[in-house]
Amino acid sequence: MPATKFSPSITSRPVYPGLVSRGAAPSLMVADAEGAEALIDLVERDPAVLDAAHIVYVPAGAPFGARLSALGARLCHEAPSLSAALPRIRAALAEARMGFQLYLAGTEGLIGRVAAEAVSAGLPLDAIQSEHRGSIARRMQCVHCKGITEDVATDPFVCAHCGLTLFVRDHYSRRLGAFQGVCVDAETPGIVPASQEIRP
Amino acid sequence: MTALTLRVAAKEPLTPLVTRFRFEHPEGARLPLFSGGAHVVVEMTDGNQLRRNAYSLISDPNDGSGYEIAVRREDAGRGGSRFMHGRVAAGDLIRVGAPVNLFSLDLRARKHLMIAGGIGVTPFLAQIRQLDRLGQPYELRYAARSRAEAAGLRLLPRSPRVHVHISDEGGRMDLGGLLAGQPLGTHVYTCGPEGLIAAVEETAARLRWPRAALHSEAFLAPPPGRPFTVRLARSGITIEVGPHESLLEAIEAAGVDAPWLCRGGACGQCETAVLSCRGEIEHHDHWLDAGDRASRTKIMPCVSRFAGEELILDR
Repeated sequence: MPATKFSPSITSRPVYPGLVSRGAAPSLMVADAEGAEALIDLVERDPAVLDAAHIVYVPAGAPFGARLSALGARLCHEAPSLSAALPRIRAALAEARMGFQLYLAGTEGLIGRVAAEAVSAGLPLDAIQSEHRGSIARRMQCVHCKGITEDVATDPFVCAHCGLTLFVRDHYSRRLGAFQGVCVDAETPGIVPASQEIRP
Repeated sequence: MTALTLRVAAKEPLTPLVTRFRFEHPEGARLPLFSGGAHVVVEMTDGNQLRRNAYSLISDPNDGSGYEIAVRREDAGRGGSRFMHGRVAAGDLIRVGAPVNLFSLDLRARKHLMIAGGIGVTPFLAQIRQLDRLGQPYELRYAARSRAEAAGLRLLPRSPRVHVHISDEGGRMDLGGLLAGQPLGTHVYTCGPEGLIAAVEETAARLRWPRAALHSEAFLAPPPGRPFTVRLARSGITIEVGPHESLLEAIEAAGVDAPWLCRGGACGQCETAVLSCRGEIEHHDHWLDAGDRASRTKIMPCVSRFAGEELILDR
């Protein structure tokens, strides 16, 4: 699956320009599902990028685990979920020194969550690269109850926490790594537009 | 440019080459506060010549009772620092511009790493007072050739955050080791000779530091050089630039108003369009990029000079 092309939107909406090798600098590479293919392509373009790389992969049912571990990174770890991998990611960031590079590939939820962790650990934005692959489902925060709903694929959708029907906005929080969901029928309770699939 | 008339309250030699000056308001009024890294432009009237030199403030940014600077005597310079050393005395009145900061701290940093070469320690003296007040972590690395020349030794606090490297004593700085071991979120600030700034930039680039975490200030005084002639098209006059004055000073001496801010080739304020150039512009600034220089359509008159047949400026 090639890198996703998103249609232009407001400035708040993150863009994912694609991964470019920064050479043999110490790095962490985090991917989920089809994001593995972006890492494989990156290593093909510059094998040296693996010299001091630590890969964390969340397969989410995708079949790329064996190919990723065969690349020969210093460390390659597979996790059942991103939440399960976060302690490992936090430990890697805590040990990191300036010059460290973060490569993120896969869904917006993964990219946003790990980028938010990295920024709160002090990693400069310029050291974070990302490439979108796979599902375009979004990680959404309900602006009313603040609950996060993962993998939202339709607009509007029902908040998994408070049950309000929420409109999927392109308005994004870098701190949370999530888009904002706003009640769609606040003015006209019960009148809800038909739910549609989210498009790139 | 707002300038204040201040009294020289103290003049104290720190080393054979570096002298500290303290300026206070003649009526004891408070001076505007500033931020660490700020400089002031000191006006020196020497006969018919008006020189303006920029000096970093070394006193506490939060102390409005006076401004302090440390001036290194440059015997090969245009004469500003020689004037300060030889002709300015305690009790004199002198015109000093309001503080301007082109080398400020990025207060989002998790840690501030400061690398000073020689007299380049001056902006950091104010910055560390600001950081002490804010309680933000920093590390200062001060490199000097010899203990006798190191004016910073008289001005820096004794602190585990301050490290001195005297090259005569074999205490050279290991830039590679220093930059490889910095925690995430560190910003690095370099002030000193061009060679030191270039070495820090090269080392940081090799270690993949993001550009946005690198800051530098070269203490760039306008270099003297051979005299040359310039045509100012809008003013309709032709002026001579002497060997010990800058193009900007010659423009000012001719009574032509020209914009400026740092007078050291860094801020971009004095950028002037070149209408015709038959010869070579000697670019000494840090403002114009390689493309600007190749196009021969811009000059920074505060530090740059010219050699050749004809230079016509849009001024």
